[in-house]
Amino acid sequence: MSKPPLLEIKNLRVEFPTRHGTLVAIDDLSLHIAPGEVLGVVGESGAGKSMTGAAIIGLLEPPGRIAGGEIIFDGQRIDNLPDEKIRQIRGRHIGAIFQDPLTSLNPLHTVGRQITDTIAAHLPLTARQARTRALDLLGEVGIPAASERIDHYPHQFSGGMRQRVVIALALCADPKLIIADEPTTALDVSIQAQIIVLLKRLCSQHGSAIMLITHDMGVIAETADRVAVMYAGRVGEVGPVSEIIHNARLPYTIGLMGSIPSIGEEVDRLVQIDGSMPRLNETPPGCRYHPRCPKVFDRCKTERPELIPAGPSRVACWLYEDPTEVPALDLVHSAAARKAGDSPHSRGGAPAATLIEAKGLKQYFDVSPPLLTRILERTGRRIVQAVDGLDISIKRGETFGLVGESGCGKSTVARTIVGLFNATAGTISYNGASLSTREERARNLSVQHKIQMIFQDPQASLNPRWRVFDIVAESIPKSRRSLAGGVKERVGELLRQVGMSPLDGDKFPHEFSGGQRQRISIARALGGEPEFLVCDEPTSALDVSVQAQILNLMVELQRTLGLTYLFISHDLAVVHHISTKVGVMYLGRIVEWSATQQLFTRPLHPYTRMLLDAVPDISKTGTMRSQVEGEVPSPIDPPAGCSFHPRCPFAQDRCRAEVPESIMAEGTAIACHAVQEGRLPAWRAP
Amino acid sequence: MISYILARVLQSFVVMLCVAAISFSLFTYVGDPIANLVGIQSSDEKREELRESLGLNDAVPVQFARFVGRAVRMEFGISYQQKRSVASIIAERLPATLELSILSALIALGIGIPAGIYTALRRESWFSHFFLSASLVGVSLPTFLIGILLIFTFSVHFHLLPSFGRGEVVQLGFWSTGLLTASGLKALIMPAITLALFQMTLIMRLVRSEMLEVLRTDYIKFARARGLSNRTVHFGYALMNTLVPVITITGLQLGSIIAFAIITETVFQWPGVGLMFIQAISEVDIPVMSTYLLLIASFFVIINLTVDLLYYFVDPRLRVGRDVRA
Ligand SMILES: Nc1ncnc2c1ncn2[C@@H]1O[C@H](COP(=O)(O)OP(=O)(O)OP(=O)(O)O)[C@@H](O)[C@H]1O
Ligand code: SF4
Ligand code: SF4
Ligand SMILES: [Mg+2]
Repeated sequence: MSKPPLLEIKNLRVEFPTRHGTLVAIDDLSLHIAPGEVLGVVGESGAGKSMTGAAIIGLLEPPGRIAGGEIIFDGQRIDNLPDEKIRQIRGRHIGAIFQDPLTSLNPLHTVGRQITDTIAAHLPLTARQARTRALDLLGEVGIPAASERIDHYPHQFSGGMRQRVVIALALCADPKLIIADEPTTALDVSIQAQIIVLLKRLCSQHGSAIMLITHDMGVIAETADRVAVMYAGRVGEVGPVSEIIHNARLPYTIGLMGSIPSIGEEVDRLVQIDGSMPRLNETPPGCRYHPRCPKVFDRCKTERPELIPAGPSRVACWLYEDPTEVPALDLVHSAAARKAGDSPHSRGGAPAATLIEAKGLKQYFDVSPPLLTRILERTGRRIVQAVDGLDISIKRGETFGLVGESGCGKSTVARTIVGLFNATAGTISYNGASLSTREERARNLSVQHKIQMIFQDPQASLNPRWRVFDIVAESIPKSRRSLAGGVKERVGELLRQVGMSPLDGDKFPHEFSGGQRQRISIARALGGEPEFLVCDEPTSALDVSVQAQILNLMVELQRTLGLTYLFISHDLAVVHHISTKVGVMYLGRIVEWSATQQLFTRPLHPYTRMLLDAVPDISKTGTMRSQVEGEVPSPIDPPAGCSFHPRCPFAQDRCRAEVPESIMAEGTAIACHAVQEGRLPAWRAP
Repeated sequence: MISYILARVLQSFVVMLCVAAISFSLFTYVGDPIANLVGIQSSDEKREELRESLGLNDAVPVQFARFVGRAVRMEFGISYQQKRSVASIIAERLPATLELSILSALIALGIGIPAGIYTALRRESWFSHFFLSASLVGVSLPTFLIGILLIFTFSVHFHLLPSFGRGEVVQLGFWSTGLLTASGLKALIMPAITLALFQMTLIMRLVRSEMLEVLRTDYIKFARARGLSNRTVHFGYALMNTLVPVITITGLQLGSIIAFAIITETVFQWPGVGLMFIQAISEVDIPVMSTYLLLIASFFVIINLTVDLLYYFVDPRLRVGRDVRA
């Protein structure tokens, strides 16, 4: 540390007084950030990342309060300043960006007014100067036609553009530090890429340091200089980004890194950290990680380790107490798991029969305003073409991964296939039986039962007033229920299959963590002895370590029960990990599908290439990505011809007029004129 | 913009027509209008003659059209009881009700909104706790009880305020006002407070809970993180956003002030249209009843229309199209 740090947190302690005693959310946390540095703060939800950020700018949600320690910014202690003084620092010297750009802006004021309000609060500028500065800022964050857009309201901007405005707002008084709390989590991959590049460029131009809080290791890998790993309100390990990712020392960090699927690597099973982060009211004594740590020894259970140097990093772990002795940690989390031998991609075997097939599937939603308004405004009906002519075929035993950005129609496909929606057009057949209409489904109930669905949000899909036993038992078909005592045994068996205890049946859903609830919904889906499971973002709401548990469970169930999956996710790395085939969706169509390996190593469609370019991944440490342009258009009025043409670097006149047909080539289905005309350059991995 | 307003105006018309239909059927089918016009002894031929001359034998749509046409020209027929035109009875009574309602509305808004803001911003203050507990009384006591309690305290016990009537009124053209004389003003105080109390507490609680909601939103959090002053955050950002939903409900509440005036007017024997309606019911004076119905409905419709238009000016999401561009 040559220069004095810009921000130094010393032994910070944050408490929440509650009726049941005081909860300690942050316990003895120390960190520092150098001027101009990007410090990544990672950890699973509940680790205290956001709270640390809020404590720095004095915006802890009441009744939270700083109960100990010091925060020193630019040589001045700021944790004990009066309200008015810390307000003057907020925005002026320390800026902040929050997760959700859709809700971060005041809907009733123009963006220009919000920027000038902020400038006026901090800088001695006239109204005219403030407006000029606002215009400059909007231009700087890449809002086209800023002089016109400045008088627009937030709802007139798309999500990505709103996050750009948020960045302009955070930068408008040139703060020396930006606290960015999950700035890209709510955004699609392609926009996420744009925002990260922008944030990083602007901060280096303005010389601002960033405290980048996120749970996404991919984002950290390519953005941060140093990384602090938090666990249960404490920093467990802190060090240079490449050390943390490739040479982690803390058992928790090692487990965390192993549990993240990567598109650069193939493994059969992800490293699995059992259990989950302790709740605030039951933090264990000693090392807080010890109940989950495979290297735990006696001392860990009683004495709390402090950060000590270990190589270029600092680690809070008793294993590193003796600096001369480097513990061999390869064996920490069964290294055998990391063997690529039996990966899902090579599992293949003999070609199996087609299990489910959909042809020309369409699902339109009528979102028209009332007739009177339509007549007066002379507008026609508004139809959302959520799924627009989609072909898909899945073989028995396969895992078909479906990826695409938000709103492209993934969930709608899932719901139409399981029969929650009645398809507008197209056919669906399952094992030869036709399930295209509601009547056909009613006639083929026994076939219909073979298809089950798992939803993203286990919280919302489980009835909170039912016991787990009843939730699972309900899914068991009537024919099986008649067996005496059969239900009880069957529920027990199902719970055991998903890694829970039959005793858990007596509890209610809220008594379980997110991951356990997802296990319960899997058990419920298995009750009807399905062959085909449609999983809509089953792990998106979960922390990476828990996601790894669920993904491993799904792979295991597939092996023992011979299941077939349609696995929907926006996370390319997860899809890469679990799927045998992958389809890429754009605006209601599958633009490319092929075997996983092929799709990720030799993508053909320009959109697939763009996604692969944009995806942050831990294998990309320190690399700068090429920026992708534009955002997904609205499915109400999709562009004519190839709907990707406004963003496609290879678009020609034909693309603007003619919808490309899906053609099979080299075991790949692809819908692109450029590929078919053979004018697409070869793919060069980023 | 034009189309939004047009659509709202059109809707209002449709609503008014429906109410007119109800009012018309009341007029035509409840009781026999002829029976109320002629003596008991008059012959059947005479009745039939009258029937014909009044157009009561025409087809129903024709009669309805005639009814609407007359209503537009402010002709509502003759009161059975008072044998005077209903329009003139209402013209005489309406100023009393309007003065009472408007003053009540001003009290309800003028105290309700600031109190709501205050109790939301200073949640822990002594004053907020007091306001909130007091407001519980306001919502839970029925209007007539409050009126009677007030009368008992200030008229019967302290002899400070009159217990009934409007006091002395001054005639300004067709408008009779109680606002220009001391006795008129004194007579207005208790009825206005009685009528305002319920709406005031409702508005206060609404503003408070809406404001608390808004203060928890991300854009308020982000505004604070940018170091905007409390003033800007509270009044420039939070209050505006609070008002958007509050406007709708408040508008409806003001409509019901006029409707609720029936009770208050009865308690205080206030010579307004509410009291007139109660009397009309007891005397089965159908023309007066059906006209009152039309009147109240048109107030509701006008207020609703105003609210919709206000909404439109406060919320840019309605005003400015959603041309989301990348
Ligand atoms: N019931 C509905 N009525 C009207 N529009 C709908 C309905 N369901 C979905 N849509 C619209 O259809 C489009 C596709 O939605 P869908 O939920 O399938 O997208 P998705 O790819 O699953 O997105 P995400 O990644 O955000 O979950 C969206 O524009 C959505 O707003
Ligand atoms: S201190 Fe002990 S329990 Fe904690 S991480 Fe190190 S080895 Fe594991
Ligand atoms: S069809 Fe044309 S616009 Fe569409 S992806 Fe291919 S080259 Fe691009
Ligand atoms: Mg979805």
